[in-house]
Amino acid sequence: MTQAMERRGADAPKVHSTQRTNRPWPVEFWSSAIGKKWVMAVTGLGLMGFVFAHMVGNLKMFLGAEEFDAYAESLKTLLYPIIPENGVLWMFRVGLIVMFGLHIASAYQLTRMNHRARPVKYQSPRDYIAANFAARTMRWTGIIVGLYLLFHLADLTWGWFQPDFVKADAYNNLVNSLSRPPVAAIYIVANIALGIHLFHGGWSMFQSLGLNSPRYNGARRAFAAGFAVVVAGMNVFFPIAVLTGIVSN
Amino acid sequence: MTKMLNLKLKVWRQDGPDDAGHFEDYSTTVADDASFLEMLDYVNEQLIADNREPIAFDHDCREGICGSCGLMINGQAHGPQKGTATCQLHMRKFNDGDHITIEPWRAAAFPIIKDLAVNRAAFDRIIESGGYITVNTGAAQDANETPVPKEAADAAMDAAACIGCGACVAACPNSAANLFTSAKIQHLNLLPQGQAERFGRTKAMVETMEDYFGSCTNYGECQEACPKEISVDFIAMMNRDYAKSMIVNRRRLGERKVG
Ligand code: SF4
Ligand code: FES
Repeated sequence: MTQAMERRGADAPKVHSTQRTNRPWPVEFWSSAIGKKWVMAVTGLGLMGFVFAHMVGNLKMFLGAEEFDAYAESLKTLLYPIIPENGVLWMFRVGLIVMFGLHIASAYQLTRMNHRARPVKYQSPRDYIAANFAARTMRWTGIIVGLYLLFHLADLTWGWFQPDFVKADAYNNLVNSLSRPPVAAIYIVANIALGIHLFHGGWSMFQSLGLNSPRYNGARRAFAAGFAVVVAGMNVFFPIAVLTGIVSN
Repeated sequence: MTKMLNLKLKVWRQDGPDDAGHFEDYSTTVADDASFLEMLDYVNEQLIADNREPIAFDHDCREGICGSCGLMINGQAHGPQKGTATCQLHMRKFNDGDHITIEPWRAAAFPIIKDLAVNRAAFDRIIESGGYITVNTGAAQDANETPVPKEAADAAMDAAACIGCGACVAACPNSAANLFTSAKIQHLNLLPQGQAERFGRTKAMVETMEDYFGSCTNYGECQEACPKEISVDFIAMMNRDYAKSMIVNRRRLGERKVG
């Protein structure tokens, strides 16, 4: 029916092509930008659960080497013997890899689409009112956190950067690693970036999922701020605790 | 007391869609009770008197209801006053000696026609895809025949206040049109009369929007720029309805398209 309308003026170029075909709905949903935002929100929520649990688990370091190592060991035997050793751990790992993958893929595709949507930038400075620092730097904080994640795995899971790395000696590896000031600095900077990312993401996800009600809207911001401060704050405190000798071997 | 303001303007001039365009400087003196567009009218009168090309800009009602006007003023869509279209912005918001930079809306979906005038036909494409009816339906039924809850009526009216100016797109760092589209979808979806085609309409309008505009990352800039102060809550409602449409539309025979 749109063809029947007389069109005035040049048509705008397309920045995205929604194929209106008869495909299974998950495929169709993923092909839309709103669908990708749902994926970002759902995977973001899963990853928030992970960073929270990770932070809580790390609190064990304050109880000493034994407790911490026992906790690290116990992750391998979660639900054992119902599920074989390392089984649950690998399920988590695969789940996390999938969530990271989808989160990054949707972020990348949406960013590309947004760049196409404004090929010529404003030629005079913009004066933003609502778009805060966290929202405008999501891309960069996300990249910092992603790179840091790889570093973190190489450092404490694979031990690439530690000459006296001993597998399964989690506590000593941690203390040895974080007592090097440059490494501690990386952890601190990356976790501040994580906090900034969570501050916008933790709020934004409610909007993307359509979780909206005048009664609870105020709480959404508070939740995001509280979550970011607790998780990033504690994560920044760990290297500081090691550097200052609160946690030592 | 009327004050006179001496202003330095920096205005975007562009001969046509394919021209590169550039800023030009002008100075003008205007009374502070003039509107922003009247100020531009004075500048244009001077330009015409000097035998120069006047600045092209869109305007019509000049009372904030048609949505024709819209300028990026000092980096803010519709200028510094919240909830105000450019035509309703008055020069008393500015000070003597101010520098004012004026740019057109910038988005791939809004090609520049000339100077400050842009083509917002992409909005029409979204509206069209929502569907319309051209059969004669006879006289309108009595208004009170369909009961509408007060809250729904209020929310629908808030959404229906959108004048289609495009400031939400202009202000959005992603050039997303989610505020406009959600307002246009929700003012119908919130009412009992809008239920029959609710999910088909949501899907069609969202997908047409995504053909032309960027995607929403929840900056909230649109809500601040909107002259009608449309709330981003409508975007959340649209996101919910769009997801539901994936399921609901499958159940309906007519919705399955082939090809
Ligand atoms: S939502 Fe507001 S800013 Fe966007 S087109 Fe409608 S009136 Fe203009
Ligand atoms: S000229 Fe009609 S809204 Fe400004």
